[in-house]
Amino acid sequence: MRAEGIVMEFEPVIGLEVHAQLLTNSKLFCGCSTRFGAPPNSNTCPVCLGLPGALPALNRKAVTLAVRSALALGCAVNPTSIFARKNYFYPDLPKGYQISQYDRPLGQHGRVEVCSGERTAAGQIVNRRKKIFRITRLHMEEDAGKSLHEGLPDSDRKSYVDLNRSGVPLAEIVSEPDFRSSQEAYDYLTHLRKTLLYLGVCDGNMEEGSLRCDANVSVRPKGSDAFGTKVEIKNLNSFRFVQRALDYEIERQARVLAEGGRIYQETRLWDEVKESTFPMRSKEEAHDYRYFPEPDLLPLKLQPAWIEEMERTLPELPHAREERFVTEYDLSHEDAMLLTSIPAVADYFEECARNSGNPRAAANWAVGDLTYALKASGKEIEESPVSARELGVLIRTIDSGEISGKIAKTVFEEMFRSGEGSAPVIRRLGLVQISDEPALLGVIEKVKAANPRQLADYRSGKDKLFGYFVGQVMKETQGQANPKVLNELLQKALRE
Amino acid sequence: MDLRDAWEIRESVNRRKVSAAEVVEAALARIEAADPVLRAFLTVEPERVRARASETDAVLVRGNGSLPLAGVPVAVKDNICTRGVRTTCGSKMLFNYTPPYSATVIERLERAGAIVLGKTNCDEFAMGSSTENSAFQVTRNPYDLDRVPGGSSGGSAVAVAAGMAALALGSETGGSVRQPASFCNVLGLKPTYGRLSRYGLVAFASSLDNVAPLANSARDLAVFLSVIAGRDWHDSTSAPAPVPDYVAEINQPVRGMRVGVPREFFGEGLDPQVKKIIDAGIRNAVALGCEVSDVSLPHTQYAIADYYIIAPAEASSNLARYDAVRYGYRTPNPRDLSDMYRRSRGEGFGSEVKRRVMIGTYALSSGYYEAYYARAMKVRTLIRQDYDRAFEKVEALLTPVSPTPPFKIGERIEDPLAMYLSDIYTVTANLAGIPALSLPCGFTPDGLPVGLQILGNQFQESTVLRLASAYMQACPVSAPPLKV
Repeated sequence: MRAEGIVMEFEPVIGLEVHAQLLTNSKLFCGCSTRFGAPPNSNTCPVCLGLPGALPALNRKAVTLAVRSALALGCAVNPTSIFARKNYFYPDLPKGYQISQYDRPLGQHGRVEVCSGERTAAGQIVNRRKKIFRITRLHMEEDAGKSLHEGLPDSDRKSYVDLNRSGVPLAEIVSEPDFRSSQEAYDYLTHLRKTLLYLGVCDGNMEEGSLRCDANVSVRPKGSDAFGTKVEIKNLNSFRFVQRALDYEIERQARVLAEGGRIYQETRLWDEVKESTFPMRSKEEAHDYRYFPEPDLLPLKLQPAWIEEMERTLPELPHAREERFVTEYDLSHEDAMLLTSIPAVADYFEECARNSGNPRAAANWAVGDLTYALKASGKEIEESPVSARELGVLIRTIDSGEISGKIAKTVFEEMFRSGEGSAPVIRRLGLVQISDEPALLGVIEKVKAANPRQLADYRSGKDKLFGYFVGQVMKETQGQANPKVLNELLQKALRE
Repeated sequence: MDLRDAWEIRESVNRRKVSAAEVVEAALARIEAADPVLRAFLTVEPERVRARASETDAVLVRGNGSLPLAGVPVAVKDNICTRGVRTTCGSKMLFNYTPPYSATVIERLERAGAIVLGKTNCDEFAMGSSTENSAFQVTRNPYDLDRVPGGSSGGSAVAVAAGMAALALGSETGGSVRQPASFCNVLGLKPTYGRLSRYGLVAFASSLDNVAPLANSARDLAVFLSVIAGRDWHDSTSAPAPVPDYVAEINQPVRGMRVGVPREFFGEGLDPQVKKIIDAGIRNAVALGCEVSDVSLPHTQYAIADYYIIAPAEASSNLARYDAVRYGYRTPNPRDLSDMYRRSRGEGFGSEVKRRVMIGTYALSSGYYEAYYARAMKVRTLIRQDYDRAFEKVEALLTPVSPTPPFKIGERIEDPLAMYLSDIYTVTANLAGIPALSLPCGFTPDGLPVGLQILGNQFQESTVLRLASAYMQACPVSAPPLKV
């Protein structure tokens, strides 16, 4: 509680640096494959190994993807951008420098509008509001290799280097220090990831390292305009870790300051087991990168007409789509957000909504039974045995009263298992709803005859017993009685 | 067989008067006889050379055709990558390094029927003007064994001058082919930046580096250049400009060619004996019908300072890859990573390389970048603009190549500044990116060669070669006999 009190007196200032791997087949400066999981050092050549005499040749596809990302994030794309060398020594950096962009990056001055708000324990967003976060720059750079310091039998004596990642194309997206809570940072990252997925420029896979985040955070007394001393946090392997590390760091800094201490500019690493940050050895970060323009590459010149075409052909972005789902389909913000988080899911929903003529039902199925079934079977939505069209047909079958919602769940499960359409499943399982009045009346009479005591009690005023009779009829009909029709008939028949 | 005439060799081989195998046998014999004294080659693998020559003969017979450099033996500076053949850059750092790929220029040479004879000595990572900075051996000038052959492509110049190879590849960053060409009485051409692919040329200063050919005649240079020039997608800085037929171009007349003599190249520091020979050379150009006029390149005085900021800055970054992690020299039993870096680089690099890495690191450091590197790049623009203006008036420029004739081995090795000044007339062409050629102009009374420099506008190699060809036909230099 005391910590809460201290934290309340301070305001955090957070900036984020995100590295997104661009979805190309080959590396940024050579023809080597970018495929994840290949045997160590198998996706390499003289260029990405940094052999003497090798030179970089820029991958056009990577430029296209980076430009689309920059435009989607509201950046101005520089018609001329310049590659620069960032010089430092590390065993997984084969050339002794990383080719990046410095003075003139690909994109600058971006901004994104993000829906942010606090979460309840159940994950509901409260106090939702739109916030603008500014993006300083988006630039292209090559990834370094990977050092393996542990996990091998001789790790006490040796480190290993895998250069499969060396030269993999990245977009580095640097935000302004615009976030005032870890939640805002989280919401921005979620928004960013979604945007990149929508553009098809990044697969967003944090476990494989295709999306990585470093955070800069400082705190200052509430009401102050001056920035505090910032600390960089690395080794954040998920957005949740970003949030937790920020919360930890904000509290740590606030406590240090409240006790009259001082924050040192440093890089700290997040320890996900101890749930705390610890300082990286300062020697490792005392860098003067000696940036200078990369003489092996010409300035990257982009035709303004081409940039405009890229902008024109951007897909509908997640934020816009989410808003449209709320207004066009009358969905809740939560559902709209869930449905738009993955483009394929949103596409599925829209097709299903069209086919069913009932968007809300389509949304319920998509976020409910479908998501559950996919998760349970480990399938992606693209592999769903129930197509959006077939789910639409199923919803129509419910809405027409042919089957009940309850039976529909059984039908759906069977469709998902067998891959058949709803009609054959309903036929095969004999699940068509009984709406035929004489047929239902016959069953009702049978139930009445079998339950004279309950009938007497009901007639003497025990209204609750109505449900009992419904249940009995359902039992007799194996749940196939049309509830609406049954309800009406039963009301009359029990009084008679 | 005259091994100094590539054109004749390829004609003979193409007409089957002689086989590539016989040509390389002669070249290997000449190397065996002369190189123990001259020490131009670091690596010669006779069996590989013979196998390659036989292959070429087989290709020629099978295809019943001809190749532009059929059977021509070529010496290659040891900073140009040759697949399967050790490539050391004259450095202990790469004493055991064998590249898994060949430079684009090597690929093109071999496709044209040329045979790579071996790898030639050079100043370590091409840093130097005498070839004395090699970690392995000192190469001697074939006209005076006590003197340097120039550098950094000294081994390549000697190979061509002494008839061990018909052609040679060197590299240029600030005059490393023209100066040794001048010192060894052969032709050396630094082409326009971007004319030749740098892919596989081990980088020294990327924005200044060029692959540069050496030969004994303008015609040989022309055919050589035609084979290796042109766009290469491996090198983004290689130019898409079409490659002319240089051999046809050099036969065009030079009468009426407007030629400038930049007065800044004839000031203090120019040895009087050299000046006398160059002055005579300029008079010869007049006699050829050139319209010679005085021009000015006012920023020339800043060139050396400019060059010795830009080149070391880029070198400091380019040489960072020699970290003992993946290849090259590694210190025995390093204590930890930083000890491995420090000692491997400390022991693997020679003093001139270390000096330049230090200078360059300093020039790029935060707080100094603007004052040094960024400013040097601006001065570089001014130097290039000097040339742009000069080439509005003239088609070519004539200057000395080196302020002095070849100097004694050991004479300047302890005085880096004096060594740097050897480059005073050559570095501007690299800074401006223009083509420049050194051709034999005369000998001093002591029998030391002196070269004449011809500079041309961007991509005007034809003009430069044409003037060189006409000059050499009209004014052949009678050389004293080689010492070996």
